Amino acid sequence: MQTTDGNLAKSRHVEELDSVVIRFVGDSGDGMQLTGAEFSKAVAKAGHDFSTYPDYPSEIRAPTGTLFGVSGYQIQFSSRPVFTSGDAPDVLVAMNPAALKTNLSDVKRGGIIIANTGAFVDSNLVKAGYQKNPLEDGSLDGYQLFKIDIGEFTASALRDSGLSKKEVGRCKNYFALGVMLCLYSRPLEKEIAEIREKFAKKPHFAAANITALRAGYAYAESTEMFAITYQMRESAVLPGRYRSITGNAATALGFAAASELSGVPLFIGSYPITPATDILQELAALKHYKVTTFQAEDEIAGICSAIGAAYGGSLALTTTSGPGMALKTEALGLAVMLELPLVVVNVQRGGPSTGLPTKVEQSDLLQAVYGRNGECPVPVIASHSPSDCFDCALEAARIAVKYMTPVILLTDGGIGNAAEPWLIPDVASLPKLQVNYRTEAEGFQAYARDENLARAWVRPGTPGMEHRIGGLEKDFFSGDISHDPLNHQRMVEVRAAKVAGIDIPPAKIDGPESGDLLIVGWGSTYGSIAQAREMAEAAGKSVAHVHLRHLNPMPANLGGILARYKTVLVPELNLGQLSRLLRERYLLEVLPLSKVQGKPFKVSEIYDRILELC
Amino acid sequence: MNSPVDIAQPHVLSKKDFESDQDVRWCPGCGDYAVLAQVQKLLPTLGIPRENFAFISGIGCSSRFPYYMETYGMHSIHGRAPAIASGLKLSRPELSVWVVTGDGDALAIGGNHFIHAMRRNIGLKIILLNNRIYGLTKGQYSPTSEQGTKTKTTPMGSIDRPFSPVALALGAGATFVARAVDTDLKHLSYVLERAAQHKGTAFVEVLQNCPVFNDEAYAALSSKATRPDAAIVLEHGKPLVFGKERNKGIRLSGFEPEVVTIGEGMSEADLLMHDEKSPQAGLAFFLSQLAAPDFPVPLGVFRAFDAPAYEELNSQLAEEAVAKKGRGDLARLLYSGDTWTIE
Repeated sequence: MQTTDGNLAKSRHVEELDSVVIRFVGDSGDGMQLTGAEFSKAVAKAGHDFSTYPDYPSEIRAPTGTLFGVSGYQIQFSSRPVFTSGDAPDVLVAMNPAALKTNLSDVKRGGIIIANTGAFVDSNLVKAGYQKNPLEDGSLDGYQLFKIDIGEFTASALRDSGLSKKEVGRCKNYFALGVMLCLYSRPLEKEIAEIREKFAKKPHFAAANITALRAGYAYAESTEMFAITYQMRESAVLPGRYRSITGNAATALGFAAASELSGVPLFIGSYPITPATDILQELAALKHYKVTTFQAEDEIAGICSAIGAAYGGSLALTTTSGPGMALKTEALGLAVMLELPLVVVNVQRGGPSTGLPTKVEQSDLLQAVYGRNGECPVPVIASHSPSDCFDCALEAARIAVKYMTPVILLTDGGIGNAAEPWLIPDVASLPKLQVNYRTEAEGFQAYARDENLARAWVRPGTPGMEHRIGGLEKDFFSGDISHDPLNHQRMVEVRAAKVAGIDIPPAKIDGPESGDLLIVGWGSTYGSIAQAREMAEAAGKSVAHVHLRHLNPMPANLGGILARYKTVLVPELNLGQLSRLLRERYLLEVLPLSKVQGKPFKVSEIYDRILELC
Repeated sequence: MNSPVDIAQPHVLSKKDFESDQDVRWCPGCGDYAVLAQVQKLLPTLGIPRENFAFISGIGCSSRFPYYMETYGMHSIHGRAPAIASGLKLSRPELSVWVVTGDGDALAIGGNHFIHAMRRNIGLKIILLNNRIYGLTKGQYSPTSEQGTKTKTTPMGSIDRPFSPVALALGAGATFVARAVDTDLKHLSYVLERAAQHKGTAFVEVLQNCPVFNDEAYAALSSKATRPDAAIVLEHGKPLVFGKERNKGIRLSGFEPEVVTIGEGMSEADLLMHDEKSPQAGLAFFLSQLAAPDFPVPLGVFRAFDAPAYEELNSQLAEEAVAKKGRGDLARLLYSGDTWTIE
């Protein structure tokens, strides 16, 4: 914990902090995701920036007490801008021995551990592989250990609630939240209002959760369990209206916004897949907008229905993750041939095959850029944070309709599920999205192109323009089937030229315009790289950072930028896929920094590498 | 493309208006020609503007169909036409969306999309040209080839048991299921018209001859001379009578069908009565099991049950959502959910 006053006071006092990292861990049924999300909102409303990282198993309810069933939610909040969810927790809230066992090594030495003693019984200790109770054997002496029987206290607070034992058990996360709100001097009122809203349809659960929350707060306060409580410094967060947003929610909102901005109805055809499903769910709740959601019978039908809707004149979207992306490949090629606007969102996860469905990885980049039969160019963009998913959705839609092309938007399970505060943009500040369907039948040729090499978008139902399109190679103008050799060469080249010529903004450099080291990143590694670079700069290093949103095509100025630094470092959650692209396109050596552990980069991992290189 | 229709003048559509300028490239004698001609004859009679038709196909001989129709159309990828058509129909319910497919396209590679279209009852007209063979890849057995069929991939005869497309569609919950033969143009035309008028998914199997790779597969049904004894034409509310002399019928013996001769102690009253509108698909499924050589092959409408179409239900949901929450706008969208203000 970065305290401003390093002395641990004997008497209870309030200490000011700049930032803190808390991790809530428990069984996957313990409500840790909810507790973490609620805590994030509570601190955000106090004006702090935050970043979260949910880490959960692929089992919905793994057997209780097991190591593989541990679900965690980490949040970093700060008075300064927050780039990541933090490297190492200052505080670990462990609901059972398995949670402690699997997370202890991450906790800062001297950090706070709040352990739910009621769950530290023999059977759970055995399941977690402990010979002795770690709360009693002195092994945690290097930490500030707080032992609370959360289960028992929650049960006694709810003795008269009329809830069953199982239902009472589900309230203990709110007890833990109450303790944490006390530790960080957060008021209860807003949280109570939240609970009332969340459980509006089940008022007796709302009442029970509020009782548990108050009990946790009161317990921490009255027992003076914490010698110190903490007050965050006043925040430097920009004024305005905020909401907490996950990457998947921002993606959904972005496409709904694109529909509103263009006046073109949105159609999403998708098949549920972790970690992308939320996007379909979010949009399914927006039927009072011009949004049609279609839960298709499989991944292929997801993209194919979207292609059908695009042909019909809708802004078409399909969402998936790696394995689903593989299934959509043939249809994506069809969309390239048809030259219809379509966005495919791949919320990447650990691969190959089923891989690590709930864990983060960036290993579908080459698949996105190259993974199709034939010469099959598709624009690829990637978002770098939860709220950036909103902007990237608008950008993907812009490219798709302007150039009449499918576009791949890459996000990942890290930013898809992670939340951060989002300064809600002014409607007037959003980019315009112009869509013109062609209705002029005179002189119409289905594959005649405009100055952007885009063909016209003609909706079925337009009189006098009946025409056929398909996956067979087509004549350069009329779109009729053509097997003419030179026509094929011309079509292959024009499809490539269209994508290569997409107008994208130049790459932006954070840091010096030239120097010792340039870090090039893409996607969710943004926070770790940005923070590591700031630390290195503060330490006097000449380090710059370029984060690529557009991966195909790449910004026109990138080649020039790369040449201005002695060394180029490319951190990625894969074995060096962007590194390959950069080497191939710019004929220059770059150093990959690879991590494929289903976890994001720690800031220190990048910072340490910077120090090795300059 | 033909020249644009003059939209200022009311134009009475004819078959010619639905013929594209593309040369038809099916083999001489292919049954697909008959289906194309009947569809081109039917469409002008439906009272739908030409621009509101869309024909979607997958891959295979049958899937060349859209190129020959002067309508909107898409020749897509193998097996996926129902999925593409579903997206089009759902986003544009006012269009008349047709799928033309084959036994390989619909039942092998595209089996999943086929059954789910039936299950949803989405307003597609699906014509399956069933020649019981893969034609475009030059003669391999298909999911409807009979056991023992010798092809290039089954030189010793196929051991696969075939699908009955009609039974499959019914099993998947289809509300309209019919069968016709490519050589009986009048009946084919009738069945297609009934399909066009059906709300929800309308499925028509056309038994269609491939003169190159599976000639005479339906010889008994194709010929006028043998058809009366080889086929039984289903008519709603009428007993199941067939035969050149109209003296044979199907009756139910326990749970089993039985061919009987009328007059030999049997009257029409003893025969099964066809009811295409039954809410239960049991009778239709029972009929779908009748096959040569023991039974006449049923032709006509097996089932025509009126049920809400998927796109109608979807539109209702949208209307309900607007009625309940009000039409959304962009500011409301962005500011929805849990917000807070930092001053």
